[in-house]
Amino acid sequence: MGSFQNSMNKRLRRELAPFRTFLVATIAFGSLATVATILQWALFARIVDRVFLKQQTLAQVGTLLAALLLAILARVALIWLRSLVAQETALRAKADLRDRFFQQLMRLGPSYLRDQRTGELVSTATDGIERLDPYFARYLPQTIMSVLTPLLIVACIFPIDWISGAIMLGTAPVIPILMIVVGSFSEKQMKRQWLALSRMSAYFLDVLQGLPTLKLLGRSRGEAERVAKVSDEYRVRTMKVLRYAFLSGLALEFMTMAAIALIAVMLGVRLLSDNISFVSAFFVLLLVPEFYRPLRDLGADRHAAMEGKSAAERIFAILDEPLPVRLPEHPARLSAGSVAIELSSVCFRYPEAEQPAVADVSLRLEPGTRTALVGASGSGKSTIVNLLLRFLDPSEGHISANGIPLSELSLDLWREQVALVPQRPYLFYGNVLDNIRLARPDATDDEVRRAAELAGAAEFIATLSDGYATQLGEQGARLSQGQSQRLALARAFLKDAPFVVLDEPTSSLDPESEERIRLSLDQLSLGRTVLVVAHRLKTVYTADRIAVLDHGRLVEYGSHDELLARGGHYAALAGAYSLAAAD
Amino acid sequence: MKTTTRLLGFLAPYRWWIALAVFFGVLTVATNTGLLATAAYLISAAALHPLLIELTAAIYLVRIFGISRAFVRYAERIVSHDVTFRLLGNLRAQLYTRLEPLAPARLAAYRSGDLLARMIRDIDDLQNLFQQVAGPVLIAVTSAVVMVVAFSLFSPLLAVVGLAFLVVTGAGVPLLARSLGREAGRRELVVRAELNAQLIDGVQGVQDLLALGRAGDQRQRIATLSTELSGLQRRMASITGLEQALSDLGTSLALWTILLLAIPLVGDGTIRGVYLATLGLIMLGSFEAVRPLGRAFQFLGRTLSAGERVFEIVDAEPEIVDPATPRTAPVRASLSFDDVSFAYGPDETLVLDHVSLELPPGKHLAVVGPSGAGKSTIANLIVRFWDPTSGTIRLGEHDLRDFAQEDLRAHVGLVSQNTRLFTNTLRANLRLAKLDATDDELHAALHRAQLGDLLARLPEGLDTWIGEQGLRFSGGERQRLAIARLLLKDAPLIILDEPTANLDPLTERDLLATLLDLFHGRSLLLITHRLVRLEQLDEILVLDHGRIIERGTHRALTQSDGLYQRMLEVQDEVFAVG
Repeated sequence: MGSFQNSMNKRLRRELAPFRTFLVATIAFGSLATVATILQWALFARIVDRVFLKQQTLAQVGTLLAALLLAILARVALIWLRSLVAQETALRAKADLRDRFFQQLMRLGPSYLRDQRTGELVSTATDGIERLDPYFARYLPQTIMSVLTPLLIVACIFPIDWISGAIMLGTAPVIPILMIVVGSFSEKQMKRQWLALSRMSAYFLDVLQGLPTLKLLGRSRGEAERVAKVSDEYRVRTMKVLRYAFLSGLALEFMTMAAIALIAVMLGVRLLSDNISFVSAFFVLLLVPEFYRPLRDLGADRHAAMEGKSAAERIFAILDEPLPVRLPEHPARLSAGSVAIELSSVCFRYPEAEQPAVADVSLRLEPGTRTALVGASGSGKSTIVNLLLRFLDPSEGHISANGIPLSELSLDLWREQVALVPQRPYLFYGNVLDNIRLARPDATDDEVRRAAELAGAAEFIATLSDGYATQLGEQGARLSQGQSQRLALARAFLKDAPFVVLDEPTSSLDPESEERIRLSLDQLSLGRTVLVVAHRLKTVYTADRIAVLDHGRLVEYGSHDELLARGGHYAALAGAYSLAAAD
Repeated sequence: MKTTTRLLGFLAPYRWWIALAVFFGVLTVATNTGLLATAAYLISAAALHPLLIELTAAIYLVRIFGISRAFVRYAERIVSHDVTFRLLGNLRAQLYTRLEPLAPARLAAYRSGDLLARMIRDIDDLQNLFQQVAGPVLIAVTSAVVMVVAFSLFSPLLAVVGLAFLVVTGAGVPLLARSLGREAGRRELVVRAELNAQLIDGVQGVQDLLALGRAGDQRQRIATLSTELSGLQRRMASITGLEQALSDLGTSLALWTILLLAIPLVGDGTIRGVYLATLGLIMLGSFEAVRPLGRAFQFLGRTLSAGERVFEIVDAEPEIVDPATPRTAPVRASLSFDDVSFAYGPDETLVLDHVSLELPPGKHLAVVGPSGAGKSTIANLIVRFWDPTSGTIRLGEHDLRDFAQEDLRAHVGLVSQNTRLFTNTLRANLRLAKLDATDDELHAALHRAQLGDLLARLPEGLDTWIGEQGLRFSGGERQRLAIARLLLKDAPLIILDEPTANLDPLTERDLLATLLDLFHGRSLLLITHRLVRLEQLDEILVLDHGRIIERGTHRALTQSDGLYQRMLEVQDEVFAVG
C-alpha cells in the first residue's frame, strides 16, 4: 500500500483525527464480523461433512445447525453495526468540514469571492463535501480491512492447509499491485472521459440556453442534428477509452477467479490421494472467496474515492487560501462617539496586478463632515472602500480611526462602527423587516419602520404586495436598484454608526429615487463622518471636501469651488457632463 | 405507471443490444455460481475416492468457469455502457427537439435560470434506465429462473423455497427499505435546498453580511441546517445499512433453510449426498444476481421522478405556433402596435399597458424609460417570443400571427442584453447570422461594429475560441459582437435593445452615430435608458410603468418639460466618467 500514501491521503486522514474512535470501532466490528464469517463457514462445512460422508440425520446435526443460525445472526448484526459506525465517521467529518468551509469563505471576504463563481463554490460546499462520504465511510476503513480480513482468514487456513494458504498469500499482493499499475493507467483514461463528458454537457447547456438566440438567427431547428451528432461522437470516443479503462477490472477479476479455480482443483486432487480431509477442503473452498472479497471491494470503492479526492483538492485549496487581512493578537476597542479616519500613505496592489490600485493616498476624514470621492472607473475608489471596511489590508501605509491603526482593532467591533451602503445591496432570503433588521437584530419593529421612513423607503414598501412582510430574495419580490438602495439606507439608519460609507450607484434614470436618496443622505450625514463614492454632481457639490483619484493617486483635494477654480482634474470631470449636454 | 411505460419506450430501439447485455449479465452470474458449485461437487466427488478420470470433466469445468468469468463480465460492461451512451444521445436529441418550439415563452414560468441545468441533470439520470434499473431486473429474473430450473432437477420443494428467498431478499427487502426511508428522503431534499439557498445568500451577500456584522449569524444558520442534514443522512444511512444486512441475512438464511430441508432428503435418498455442497453453493451464487436490486429500486425512484419532471415541461403545448397557411412576410412594411397590453402570466401586473406605436419603413424610433422590464418586452413581442395578451401587432396590414415564425424572424435583426455567444470559434459565432459569409465579410462587419482593434489583438483571429470556456469578453465587447452579427444578417427591421449599456460615454456616442448612419433607410427601433443622440431619431416614446406617457421629437420633449426632460437632467448630472 506504500504508493497510496500521498499527501492528499494524509490530509484526508488528518480530517478524521478527531473521530478516530469511530474509525477504530469500525475496524473492531469489521474484524469481529470476519471471525463470525469464519465460524459460519466452519459450521457449514462440518454439517455437510457429517450428513454427506457420515450419513448423520437432522437430529444429530441439530446443535450444529442451531449454532450455524446463531453465527449467521451474529455476523449480520456485526456487519450492520460496522456500517453504522463507519457512517458516523463520515457524517461528523462532513459536518465539520461544511462549517469550516463556510467560515473560511466569510474570512476571505468579498475581494476573494467576487472573482469566484457562486455556483461553483456552493456546489463545492455541498456536493463536493458529499463526495467525500464514500472516501470516509467506505474506502478508508476498507484499506485497513483489506489487509486485516485476509490476514485473519489466512491465519485460520494455514494450520489446516498450508498449501492453499501459501497460494492465497502469494496471489494477494499481486492484486493491489495490479490495481495500482493497471488502475492508474485506466484512471488517466477515465479522467479524459470525464473531461469529454463535461465538455459535452457544457455544449448541451450552451445550446439550450442559447435557444432564443438560435431562434432569432433561424438556426434552432438545424441544431438538432448537431446535438445528435455530438452525442454520438462522444459515445464512440468514450467507448474507445472504456475498452482500456475496464481492463483493470478484467485483470483483477481474472486473477481472483483463476486463483479460486486453481485452489479448488488442487484441493480436489489432494482429496483423491487422501492428503486432506473433506471437511478441511470444503472449509478452505468456502473461505477462499471471502479472502479475495475485501480486495475486490477496495477496487470497487476506489472509483468513488478518486472522485472524493478530486473534490477534496478544491475544498482544501480554499481552506488553505491565505486571508486578506491579519487579525490582531490583542484587539483594541474604539471608544464610543464620533470617528475621525486617517489614511497615511496607503498603497494597495492586487496580487497579479502590474500597477498598484491605490498609491500613496493620504487623506483625513473629520467627524461631522462629508467627503466625496470621485474619479474615473478603475481609479481606486472601490479599493479604498474595501480598505476602509477591512476587506483588504494596505500593502503599505496604514489607516487609523481616532489615532488607532485599524489593524489593531477587533475586526467585528470596527465594522460595527461603519455603515456601508453599497452600490448593489444584497437582499436576503426573508421579508423586508428581516432584511432591514440585519443591521441591528435586537431592534423593535417600530425602530425598523422609523429607519425605513428616514431612508425614504416607507413609501415604496407600502406599495409592495405584503408591505413589510413581503418576501425578498431569489424567489421573492424583485426591487429596482433605487428601491434596494433605499432599503440599504434604512439599514444604515437603523445601525446608527458614526462612520458611513456610501457607494452611489450610477444612474438608473429614476428621478424620484434619485431625489429621495439624496434627501435621506443629507439626513444621515448629520453629525457623522461620511465618505461618499460619488457619481452625481449634486452629491459632490454639497460635500464638505472632495477627493479626486486618478490611477490610484490622490491628485486633488478641496471644496467644489476651490477645485473648479483650479481648472484641473475635477474641473475636467465636472465639465465633461456639460459636453454631453451641449451636443 | 404511464411514466414508466414512456420511459421504457426509450429503450425499445435498443432491444437487441439490451438482450445481448442481459445475456452476458446472466452469464456473469452463471460463471461465478458455476465455478463455486462445480468446485464443491469436485471436492465432494473426490472425497468418495473415485478414479481421477471420473473427475476430469469437473476439473475442466472449474477451470473454464474460472477463466471465462472475467471476460464475460468485461463484455457485459462494454455492451451495457454502449447501450447507455446510445440512450443518452437519443434522450438529449429528443429533449432538444421538444424544447425548441417551447423556448422562451413556455420556459419563462420557471423563474430560476437553473431550470436548464436541472433538466440536463434529469436527462443524465434517465440514462441509467437500462444499466441501473431495467438491466439488473432482467438479469435477476432470468437468473432466478435458471436457479429454479437447476434446483427442480433435485427437488421441487427446494426450488420453491429458494425462489421464495430470492424474491423476499431481492424485492421485499429493498421495498421495505424504500418505505422506511421515504419520509427522511423527502425531508433531506428540502433541507438540502434550504442549505443551498443559505449558502448562496452567504456567498453573494458576503459584503453586506460582513459590513452588517451578521456573518456569524449566517454561519449559525448554516450550521443548524447542516446538523439537521446530518441527522437525516444518519437515518437514511442506517436504513441502507439495514437493507444490506437484511439482504445478507436473506442470503445466509436461504442457505441455512436449504440445508435444513435438504438433509432429510439426503437421508431418504431423494438427493445424493455428493450434491449437498453443490446445492448450497448454487443457492449462494444465485444471490449475486439479486444483490443489485436494492440499488435498482433506488434508481427506479430517481429515474421516475426525473422522467416526470422532464415530461411535465416537454409535454407543454408551444405557446407560439405557426398558422396552418402562413402568409409571406413583407420586406418593407410598417410595424404597428394597436392597443397592445401584455403580462407574463394571468395574475401578473401588466408590463405593457395599452401601448400603440407605429414604425413606418425606414424610420428611426426610440422607446425610453427608467430601467425595467417594459421596454424589452416590446422587442420580445415583435420577434414573437411571446404574443400580446390583448391588442394586435401588425407588419404591414397583417397580424404577426399570420406569418411563419422563421419567416418573420428572418426579417428582424435583434441585439439585446440576452444575446448569447456560444462556445465556439469567433467565425462560427458570426456565421450563425449568415452561413456562407466570407472572411472578408466577417472582417468588415467587425470593423463597422468598432471591433477592429480587438480583432487585430487576437493572435488566432477569427479562429479564436470564445464563449463560456473560451475567451471572455467584456460586456461592451460582447455587445459589439452581437452588433457585428446583426450587420451580417442584413435585415430590413432592426431592433437595438440597450446596445450601449456597458460602454463608456465616448465609445457610446461613436457607436450610436455609426449605427444610426449604417441603418439609415432601414426601420430601426432603439430601446434604451441612455438618452444619447436621440435628437437624430424621428420619434421618441417615453414608457413609464408600461404606459406611453410622452411622445415626440427630442426637441419637442425637452421643451414640454415632462418626464423626458427630468430624466435628461438626472442623466446629465452624473459624472461622464466613473
